[in-house]
Amino acid sequence: MSVLTIERKVLEKNDDVARINRGVFAANGLFVVNLVSSPGSGKTSVLEQTVGYFGSSLHVAVIEGDCHTDLDAQRIAKFNIPVVQIVTNGGCHLDAKLVNDALPAFDLSLADLLVIENVGNLVCPANYDLGEAMKVVIVSTTEGDDKPLKYPGMFHNSSVLIVNKMDLAPYVNSNPDVIKANALKINPALKIFETSCTTNQGIPEWCEWLRSQTKKYAV
Amino acid sequence: MHELSIAESIVDIVRQHVAPDRLCAVRSVGVKVGAYSGVVPDSLEFSYQAITSGTPLAQSMLALECIPFVVRCRQCSRESANADGIILCSACGSFDTIILSGRELQMKEIELEDMAPEHVHPEQP
Ligand SMILES: Nc1nc2c(ncn2[C@@H]2O[C@H](COP(=O)(O)OP(=O)(O)O)[C@@H](O)[C@H]2O)c(=O)[nH]1
Ligand SMILES: [Mg+2]
Ligand SMILES: [Zn+2]
Repeated sequence: MSVLTIERKVLEKNDDVARINRGVFAANGLFVVNLVSSPGSGKTSVLEQTVGYFGSSLHVAVIEGDCHTDLDAQRIAKFNIPVVQIVTNGGCHLDAKLVNDALPAFDLSLADLLVIENVGNLVCPANYDLGEAMKVVIVSTTEGDDKPLKYPGMFHNSSVLIVNKMDLAPYVNSNPDVIKANALKINPALKIFETSCTTNQGIPEWCEWLRSQTKKYAV
Repeated sequence: MHELSIAESIVDIVRQHVAPDRLCAVRSVGVKVGAYSGVVPDSLEFSYQAITSGTPLAQSMLALECIPFVVRCRQCSRESANADGIILCSACGSFDTIILSGRELQMKEIELEDMAPEHVHPEQP
């Protein structure tokens, strides 16, 4: 037997393209967020609230990732902002190449913020760097307060946690403080927002924080 | 099921390191998989078998080395291996730790059967 020693990351090809994406984003002074959660936690809803909040005061562009259909892109297109749907045809995550392929559809120099809504999945997207500045993970109060402990990988990799559906917490026996404490056990550096897309709770705080981040990345 | 696309990435890397006529000599492909890499070892092995069957790599198998999740405490500098992926120091209870291992998804080695003598110098009669 002969043995070849190979010290390479398995996903280095993805990481190479992610690096290219990151360069493009930096050149355009663009702040890029990779929005991840289980299906139905409220990624598209939070995005609708966010885009609605900013109106014309911030230029937001959106990439929607879904296994099938462009329904989420249709929801965002109602706000008259640039949006591209990536359909993964069953694929459980976006990768850097899919995002790179979508970029020519935008005039990135006109945008301040690009939000990439990943495919609903708390496992696979953790492995794939898209070139984003940070991952934002959403957990809703209806999913069980121990969710962060069950999917630590995603919480390790994210910089921001949004606890969504705060309006439903009393009805589903959820204690948002427990969700937060569990998430901080995995990643004490998480910045946390508590939101509701029905009452608008927490949306202004989240949006103003986003706005402050875009200023850091602007050229 | 992103294990399928991870298996494809592994096969791509093998093909970059092994000449096409030597692919059938590959016996095992060593990969380090962290306990919190987000990869399910069984399903990665299954995906690898599925995509290599009927190809020159059909005789090869994945040799996965599972790497435990280990943190080192910045307060008491002790190490804890935490099966649950929590960054807690089990010695002093601090969360002020750094992750030493458990997130890797890394190629390690490729093991090949030695060339049969008649293949060593194919240009000679
Ligand atoms: N009550 C309540 N429902 C919400 C909230 N956010 C989202 N939803 C609902 O949850 C469902 C899934 O939301 P969606 O944004 O499509 O989730 P996604 O799959 O993560 O994009 C929809 O029926 C939303 O109306 C919230 O804050 N409160
Ligand atoms: Mg959605
Ligand atoms: Zn300690």
